[in-house]
Amino acid sequence: MNMETRSLKTSAETELASLFDGARGDFAGSDAVRKRREEAFSAFDKRGLPHRRVEEYKYSDIRAKLKSASALVAAGTDGDAKAALDAVATYGDLERYRIVIDNGRLVTGLSDIGALKGEGVTVSDLNAALGETDGLLDVSTIAAADPMIMLNTALVLGGAVVRVGDGVEVSRPIEIVYTASATGARYTRCRIELGKGAKATILESFEDDVAEAEGNAVSDFVIGDEAKLTLARVVTGEATHVSSVLMDIGASAEVKAIGFNMGTDFARTQSFVTFSGEHSNASLYGITMVREKQHSDHTLVVDHKVPNCESRERFKAVIDDFAEGVFQGKIIVRPHAQKTDGRMMTQALLLSEDASMANKPELEIFADDVQCAHGATSGQIDEDLLFYLRARGIPEAQARMLLVLAFLAEAVEEMEDEGIVSALEGRIRDWLSVEE
Amino acid sequence: MLEIKNLHAHVGDDETEILRGVNLTVKPGEVHAIMGPNGSGKSTLSYILAGKDDYEVTEGDILFNGESMLEMEPDERAAAGLFLAFQYPIEIPGVATMTFLKTALNAQRKARGEGELSTPEFMKKVKEKAAELNITMDMLKRPLNVGFSGGEKKRSEILQMSLLEPKLCIMDETDSGLDIDALKIVADGVNRLRSPDRAMVVITHYQRLLDHIVPDVVHVLSRGRIVKTGGKELALELEKNGYADYVGQAA
Amino acid sequence: MPAVQETIDRVRSIDVDQYKYGFVTEIESDKAPKGLNEDVIRFISEKKGEPEWMLEWRLEAYRRWLTMTEPTWARVSYPKIEFNELYYYSAPKNTPGPKSLDEVDPELLETYEKLGIPLREQEILAGVAPENRVAVDAVFDSVSVVTTFKEELKKAGVIFCSISEALREYPDLVRKYLGSVVPVSDNFYATLNSAVFSDGSFVYVPEGVRCPMELSTYFRINEQNTGQFERTLIIADKGAYVSYLEGCTAPQRDENQLHAAVVELIAHDDAEIKYSTVQNWYPGDKNGKGGIYNFVTKRGDCRGKNSKISWTQVETGSAITWKYPSCILRGDNSRGEFYSIAVSNGHQQIDSGTKMIHLGKNTSSRIISKGISAGKSENTYRGLVSAHRKATNARNFTQCDSLLIGQDCGAHTVPYMESKNSTAVFEHEATTSKISDDQMFYCQQRGLSEEEAVALIVNGFVKDVIQQLPMEFAVEAQKLISISLEGSVG
Repeated sequence: MNMETRSLKTSAETELASLFDGARGDFAGSDAVRKRREEAFSAFDKRGLPHRRVEEYKYSDIRAKLKSASALVAAGTDGDAKAALDAVATYGDLERYRIVIDNGRLVTGLSDIGALKGEGVTVSDLNAALGETDGLLDVSTIAAADPMIMLNTALVLGGAVVRVGDGVEVSRPIEIVYTASATGARYTRCRIELGKGAKATILESFEDDVAEAEGNAVSDFVIGDEAKLTLARVVTGEATHVSSVLMDIGASAEVKAIGFNMGTDFARTQSFVTFSGEHSNASLYGITMVREKQHSDHTLVVDHKVPNCESRERFKAVIDDFAEGVFQGKIIVRPHAQKTDGRMMTQALLLSEDASMANKPELEIFADDVQCAHGATSGQIDEDLLFYLRARGIPEAQARMLLVLAFLAEAVEEMEDEGIVSALEGRIRDWLSVEE
Repeated sequence: MLEIKNLHAHVGDDETEILRGVNLTVKPGEVHAIMGPNGSGKSTLSYILAGKDDYEVTEGDILFNGESMLEMEPDERAAAGLFLAFQYPIEIPGVATMTFLKTALNAQRKARGEGELSTPEFMKKVKEKAAELNITMDMLKRPLNVGFSGGEKKRSEILQMSLLEPKLCIMDETDSGLDIDALKIVADGVNRLRSPDRAMVVITHYQRLLDHIVPDVVHVLSRGRIVKTGGKELALELEKNGYADYVGQAA
Repeated sequence: MPAVQETIDRVRSIDVDQYKYGFVTEIESDKAPKGLNEDVIRFISEKKGEPEWMLEWRLEAYRRWLTMTEPTWARVSYPKIEFNELYYYSAPKNTPGPKSLDEVDPELLETYEKLGIPLREQEILAGVAPENRVAVDAVFDSVSVVTTFKEELKKAGVIFCSISEALREYPDLVRKYLGSVVPVSDNFYATLNSAVFSDGSFVYVPEGVRCPMELSTYFRINEQNTGQFERTLIIADKGAYVSYLEGCTAPQRDENQLHAAVVELIAHDDAEIKYSTVQNWYPGDKNGKGGIYNFVTKRGDCRGKNSKISWTQVETGSAITWKYPSCILRGDNSRGEFYSIAVSNGHQQIDSGTKMIHLGKNTSSRIISKGISAGKSENTYRGLVSAHRKATNARNFTQCDSLLIGQDCGAHTVPYMESKNSTAVFEHEATTSKISDDQMFYCQQRGLSEEEAVALIVNGFVKDVIQQLPMEFAVEAQKLISISLEGSVG
């Protein structure tokens, strides 16, 4: 059996090949970047869309899900983008800077580029940057093996490069908002770099829901020594959405990140986190909230390449109706990455009889002086707790909501920043109150 | 029995000297107290005597019954008769205290070329010693030190000491974390072990333990050196005036 | 003193490098021609005097096997196995079938004596109280050479014999259950086994009977280049109980030898089967040369309500272990258990774990896995717990802990948990750690040598599982673990 040659392509795979053929002339970037795209596509083409026999996609069969590949979305006007942006209210009146990406391309006119420049943050258009810098599409070996990232590298339409200068502490959160003012597949990519000792809060809001077209986003974070990143991401909507978070963490750095897959028809958020410098720590949280026939997949690979780093992973899933939740988490401790401390917890709350959850928390350890642990639970709402609340006079529906909120709050509240916590909890409440 | 000569030592990679020329001679039958402020090197001294890996002796020697111990492994020192009662006894999950006691005792006997004790002989001995220390059989069935209270841990250390019958006992802050009743039980246990051919070194921060275990000689350790030696009245003086007078001297 | 204990001491006194069971017995043997084809299968079937349907079953399995490929998902790597370079049948020449003890080749008896198997009933009777007696089925290369206590078991209604004998004496029973838990085409190795299995044990405990003694099989690979493919089938009828022990050894050889067994357990209503294994196949030498490839399919079917199947395994041997004793919890209120200790040292590779498939209502399962890696070995726990839609109130508790000794080994945990029923409650915990320097120092301060300290701490680490073993096996297992870890520190 030879995995490299597959004679039978699905129609989506054939369409993707002709998409790439048709678009290759329009791609921005230097010759090196173009070559990179060609390599990525041919690597993807050999493997095809990932399916359930590919271990990493065991529970999220993209080949089965994606019946056909949508045409690439065309660039919109600033006016259309403005209208799309106005419809978005992710963080209410939280004071923040905004970077707007509509139909997969940076909209400079709607982004706070000047104000950010004043703070020491430069924002440039990915397509322009690809002409100047060759290595922008390069990713870690583990991430490079992922077929959906290959596809993104090949087809990326645009995005932003955000650079927070050395020692810069950005005074407000920076929200990167992804909107859609037209239909069509969106392949976006943002590169976010934090310089040495920089400190920033980044919010990524995927509000580009186009039910009939798929989204594929890569957010590539490079976190310098002693830098501090706080990150909150919300993925929502009816589209088939794959988003990849890449994170390379320098020495003595600190990362706190939370990702929501909320009411997504079919969403996979996959994070590839690499510790490249010692004495850093990362706290990674994830939330799944799905109902009806929705599907949410949080996949995480934390690669401890160097000694003396600490990672904490905590994932929570609330699943109702016929929905499916997936968590796959892997902690890798490389040889010589001594004194690694890694702890991963995944918990699922199944609200209906037909809800399902698959948990796969893995440890892959090649160093002996480490402390690693994982835990996983799945079950229903605790009837005793429910009874206690009801005995105190709280109606059942409200009591259930309270308990779900409490369950999720354990992860959300770890974000500490009050404005962000309350905005996220607000969204959880909105989602819950839709329930009968 | 124990002779420490001009001992200099530091921890692992850290070049800072913690012991800076300690001299100490302990004869059979004597009880010596080593007192000193926090950070004076008391615990370091006890670990070095027992042979812990993390410490490096850069100068000087430790003689036990006339022979240098520096090249001996911790278990060889134990078999030779050196016992350290730990300030923080280690927990070993899944290993019943009783099993541990028997394994340790027989390992030492074997190393000394003595025969192993049979189970009935061993049980008789343990029961007798445990009763003296108010240690129940139930506690001996629990995994070593796991979930033990502070007092239980210290009593378990003294039980091991009385069972292993060492020649030299080093007690590192044995009084820490003990209330007055527990302190009395522990001290009585130690006093029962005093004998003309056994020596003891009691390391403590406070004088109160020495009301119960009365020393023959008291030393003040400060900044890695013994700065004063005297009789038991020295401890009372320290209790009254504190260590301030001695901290300066060592500099 | 228990007979097993006595023989362990005897075995320990035979000094053969690290591995204490690495002796070869010089016996003339009767082999099938090298390689695998339909003629070899016909040869095996004919040698055993099997019924025609059995031959057809084997041939069908063989044809299926030809279309299959070796699985590659496990974290083990080894050179390609040349299946046509192996012998698939080898029997000691003087032993066409089970005989009475007096007729067994004295060389063979001596071998089993070295292994510590109390074959001679009178010896056992002299040394062990009646309730501690163990009935033994001894399998040497491809055939069962002797089964003890048969007559006495028969009085209780228990059938305990080699599977070849069962095929002749109780063909209907065998036909009814064989392949009903592990289907012929289940996986590459199981299918191969179905085609060529040579011998193994058969147990049937009738309704309401509590088997009066422990049953035990000792497997030994002796011949060079010989695959051992044993097949074990155990049926506990309604309300029956049986405890079964399995031990394995092999001589030291430079080449790798293949062992691909299939074990099927069936528990009917209210029945209980306890299956314990101490696996000590030759692990290869210090440089990773030689050793057994152990590719085993073990599965229990809790077919009836309130049934229970419990697997306990102590895996210390083999160059490669690929083994997932599983439970299908079909009957309502049924229960599955998996207790495992997997020790790897040198260049050993272990990929082992379990599957608990919850199908019935109120089913429960418990998994306790303790992995210890030392030397340059790789040790992986791989497990699946799943609750199907109708598995209301399914419960699972899983704990897998890994202990690393040294810097060059790996410890991996790959659990899959699939819940399709909201009333199912799964809990899973895993930890990885090493023996702390403080624990070592404390033990050494009390006079234990490094190796004694490691053995003591490791025995504490595995205690939860050791407690699940029958008493005599527990002692043997503890010693085996210590022997396996010799040379892992310092």
